Amino acid sequence: MTADIKIPEDMELVYEYPKSMAKTYMHYCPGCPHSILHRLVAEVIDELGIREKCIGVAPVGCSVLIYNYFDVDFVEAAHGRAPAMATGLKRTNPDKIVFTYQGDGDMAAIGTAEALHAANRSERISTIFVNNAIYGMTGGQMAPTTLPGMVTTSTPFGRDVRLAGYPVPMSELLAQTKGAVYITRQMATDLASIRKTKKAIKRAFMAQIADLGYSSVEVLSSCNTNWNMDPWEALKWVKENMVPYFPLGTFKMTDEVKALKVK
Amino acid sequence: MAKELLKGNVAFAEAAIRNGLQAYFGYPITPQSEALEHLSGRMLELNRVFLQAESEVAAINMVYGAACSGVRVMTSTSGPGFSLMTEGLSYIAGSEVPVVVVNMMRGGPGLGNIQPSQADYFLMVKTAGHGDFHPLVLAPANIQELIDMMGLAFELAEKYRTLVYIAGDGAIGQMMESAELPPMQEVRQERPAWATTGAKGRKPNLITSLYLGAKPLEEVNLRLQKKLAEIKANEIRWQEYETEDAELLLVAYGTVGRICTSVMHEARKQGLKVGLLRPQTLWPFPKPRIHELAGQVRGVLVSEMSAGQMLDDVQRSVAGRCPVKFYGRMGGVVPMVDEILAEVQKLDKEVSR
Repeated sequence: MTADIKIPEDMELVYEYPKSMAKTYMHYCPGCPHSILHRLVAEVIDELGIREKCIGVAPVGCSVLIYNYFDVDFVEAAHGRAPAMATGLKRTNPDKIVFTYQGDGDMAAIGTAEALHAANRSERISTIFVNNAIYGMTGGQMAPTTLPGMVTTSTPFGRDVRLAGYPVPMSELLAQTKGAVYITRQMATDLASIRKTKKAIKRAFMAQIADLGYSSVEVLSSCNTNWNMDPWEALKWVKENMVPYFPLGTFKMTDEVKALKVK
Repeated sequence: MAKELLKGNVAFAEAAIRNGLQAYFGYPITPQSEALEHLSGRMLELNRVFLQAESEVAAINMVYGAACSGVRVMTSTSGPGFSLMTEGLSYIAGSEVPVVVVNMMRGGPGLGNIQPSQADYFLMVKTAGHGDFHPLVLAPANIQELIDMMGLAFELAEKYRTLVYIAGDGAIGQMMESAELPPMQEVRQERPAWATTGAKGRKPNLITSLYLGAKPLEEVNLRLQKKLAEIKANEIRWQEYETEDAELLLVAYGTVGRICTSVMHEARKQGLKVGLLRPQTLWPFPKPRIHELAGQVRGVLVSEMSAGQMLDDVQRSVAGRCPVKFYGRMGGVVPMVDEILAEVQKLDKEVSR
């Protein structure tokens, strides 16, 4: 797609397309943060020099086609089973870097058991968990992380907690397992939070490289399409409505993970 | 190798190890758990991968992941566990990665019981999981055959990049008899070119069962069907006993197939010319040979530990050339020789010329 541009010798290269990304268009809706998060993962892979060692596990959800956007080996999991598939891959390739990229339905509904047990076994895998409080791909139904009162295509009167329960605090749950070494919740709504998210993703990958155990980086994200908002409004909504319910922060970080020098 | 007294579940587990099994993921379920127990020690001793998963759902997806990295991998279970695995099995079939699954069938439906059964025939043979696919299904009738079929299962799974099931039953899993294990084979070190092992010095590999366009997915299905047709043409296996002059034909597989050899001998002692055909592959099914024999015999008796599931395939194979009768027991009851013999005698009278 993009022509490879030759940089004149007297100019310094300050920004480039990540080598771990495939040069192609993405299918995501305008305003969707998936493209930003994909790029962060690709930048981290590049910076750690692990492109040729990476095996990604794609989820079911909007990012089901994530493998089209990366220049690394990928497998496609069934809905929610990415941590189990990653376990099979990592156990048979202990010297490789295995990561899953999952949505809220994948992590906190259909695949809760697989995620929790992978964490509990301290699988040497890294998870990027994108929480946008809605089922995007299937048309905006209630997610396990949909906020109380929030209107979706399957909660037309708003999420009634007596009928549909409460948003699942997945990171808090994962942090309870002895096996998890790094569990954090970030958001990707502005430059500062995007930078922090990238650092967290890098730490999660570094924890795996150092063979320390399971990490998960939850990222509060937006879905302007299914929230019926414009992109800016949606990002504001994340900060104003999701953050109070899903507090940002690191819920678990072992001393070994803390000691990692993340640049 | 000398013969030794072996329990079925231990025998197939050890046979898998000796055939170069690199990874096993499973969940305990009776009457198959001894296999998982045996592997839990041996695989670690040998520095190979063993993991007791949190469920059969997780186990089959771990198997799927390991299969994507191109290693020799398997799981084993029994009916209720097999039901849970069907999701993963469909993905595995759609992704065309080689996987071996042993199902030691027990009485159903539901939680049923832990006695031997053959009531998972439809589940295993008529595609376990959504979409158009067929696993290759092997049906051992004794422990030696179970051992021998482990090697064959891996070979076929890898040759065709397909799913291979071993359809055993609680009796074969729990029974002990003397059998010979194969010699220890070296574990394969290299991985196939299609495996996802990190894109080092090559283009990235992708293993998926997702094809969003209707046309591309139809093409995948057509390719899959072509491969299945090739399996159908090359891999039908069965054993025949005393069919040369047979006037009545018994068709049975697995444990009931073995019981039917005794039925056949007893019937012959009474002067009835009975033959036996024992399918060793349930898919592909020995349809051509049964069709041929149906033109020779006066009648066919099918016996199963089910309400009559393989019966459908026998009827299709016979295609009206002679009467087909059925005798089955359910819920974990194993049919006895005299019961089946009585049915043979009844059939003989009904179809006398």
